[in-house]
Amino acid sequence: MHIVVCVKQVPDTKIIKINPKTNTLDRRSAPAILNPYDAHAVQEAVRITKAIGKGTISVLSMGPPQAVAVIKKSIEIGADRGFLISDRAFAGADTLATSYALSKALERISKDMPVDLILCGKHAIDGDTGQVGPGIARRLDIPPVTNVIEVAEVNESEKTILIKRKITDGYELIQAQIPCLLTVEKEINSIEYSPMPNMIKAARYEPVIWSVNDLEGVDRTQLGLKGSPTIVGKMFTPPKPEGGKRLEGNADEQIQQLLELLSDKKELFAGK
Amino acid sequence: MMDEYRGVWVFIEQNDGKIEGVSLELLGAGRKLADKLEVPLSGVLLGYEIKSLSREVIAYGADQVYVIDHEVMKDYRTESYMKAVINLAEKYKPEIFLYGATSNGKDLASAVATDLSTGLTADTTMLDVEVEKRLLEASRPAFGGNIMATILCKKHRPQMATVRPKVMKAMEPDPDRHGEVIEEPIALREDDMRTKVIKIVKDVTKKVNLAEAHVVVAGGKGMGDLQNFQLIHELADTIGATVGGTRDVVEAGWLPHEQQVGQTGETITPKIYFAIGISGAIQHVVGMKNSEFIIAINKDPQAPIFDVATYGIVGDALEIVPKLIKEFKEARERGGEMSYV
Repeated sequence: MHIVVCVKQVPDTKIIKINPKTNTLDRRSAPAILNPYDAHAVQEAVRITKAIGKGTISVLSMGPPQAVAVIKKSIEIGADRGFLISDRAFAGADTLATSYALSKALERISKDMPVDLILCGKHAIDGDTGQVGPGIARRLDIPPVTNVIEVAEVNESEKTILIKRKITDGYELIQAQIPCLLTVEKEINSIEYSPMPNMIKAARYEPVIWSVNDLEGVDRTQLGLKGSPTIVGKMFTPPKPEGGKRLEGNADEQIQQLLELLSDKKELFAGK
Repeated sequence: MMDEYRGVWVFIEQNDGKIEGVSLELLGAGRKLADKLEVPLSGVLLGYEIKSLSREVIAYGADQVYVIDHEVMKDYRTESYMKAVINLAEKYKPEIFLYGATSNGKDLASAVATDLSTGLTADTTMLDVEVEKRLLEASRPAFGGNIMATILCKKHRPQMATVRPKVMKAMEPDPDRHGEVIEEPIALREDDMRTKVIKIVKDVTKKVNLAEAHVVVAGGKGMGDLQNFQLIHELADTIGATVGGTRDVVEAGWLPHEQQVGQTGETITPKIYFAIGISGAIQHVVGMKNSEFIIAINKDPQAPIFDVATYGIVGDALEIVPKLIKEFKEARERGGEMSYV
């Protein structure tokens, strides 16, 4: 079983700051981390290979050279090896161009070792789109299953996998043929502490870095900014809704005012 | 080439023969875009034994409904739905194509956009169109939420977007509206499918009823720590409300993800929304701003939550919430005029 996990380096949006004058992201303010959903995807690959008793976990990322950090982080969690595609030709890619570049890298990886399963996080916390995973599946012509909350069974001889997929009010139990691509939710597992040998391996690990020239049969017009149909037209501060009313006085006075206002609204509670 | 593309389409998501609310909301939003562009609005309805739903699609604003009614389409699957939608889009060439930002809508739109090599904007919260250039302006919160970005797709068609549930308004349905139903065949066999839906398990308790709650008490990181956050639960218990929280709170592990309100959580429209210790980043605000009556409690008088609040209390939640709980409890014991539960 060869599992490839696609991971992304993202700014930690909890700490991110916006320059109020220019409305742009102050990247220096945000430390770069492994996208949390992707960490769960790596953890799930570790869990699956442990359950089967064998297998290889590769991680793949696209980004600037410093993105090797998220590959090292994935090695810590338990991945065996990592690939980074890094080239100016990839810069400025939207989700369509990103899925193209990653699918080309996946084709190269699977030439040396056929890929059975591709795992991705549900979405990246910086873009929040969730579009790259299904896009990769489409390009490789394998079925995607998104929003996975459990990998219940992997049947290697039958080449099938049984998955629970979260839907709005419950879940679906899905059987998919391997190879397929899954995007995972956080509740699929909990991230375990990395064992010491993994940490040592990660510290020393040097991932394979490929430029665009290392990939085969690439149509450069589909890469980066050139290959991205979407552009950011403008940025704006959202229109402020009509200003609310502030209650006056000390805490007790404000509470009394609020209770009076709510006593008017008590029918609203009745529907509960 | 791009001139061949005309019309606004909405993917009509149905589950168990019931149309999802977001699809009706999108018909309302799509109607406005279609009127501005002076083109028809069409619904795309896929499933099994669902043809009768096309009446509802028309009542909510569509001029046309493309229907693919086939056993293989019974349950949503990316591979079957994607092929059906791609065939329709290639045949009829819409210029704008909207999907609800649900699990299935996002999944489908991503696959379709890849195949059609066109742009897709995720989780849109505002839609408009630049009529002269026939450009869809799809806006969404960006960079963790303090600003909005308008995404354009200038050179590819259709222009596609997924749209958050509950941020657009559905039209009042008009059962007398006329429209055209266009049935399309589909050449798909169950044996060719690589995924099978074995069963669908509905979990009614899991949702915590956040989406349907009439009253929501939500807390933010301003509560300080998990212990203080219990005050949120206590207030909610007292008035029979459902608990919600911000992304920070969920990431801190104080609440499960199902209880997150905002861009990456639930978009909700309760009658009453308490925002306590919540600063009001746009990411959170898009998820709750359509609540009818919003009460904000926050120490920081500059907090943007006060801009959306119906009533704001500037003060320390740790002081105010216990007093509120006490007052509500006393009111309940008195029975009389303030029996909220």
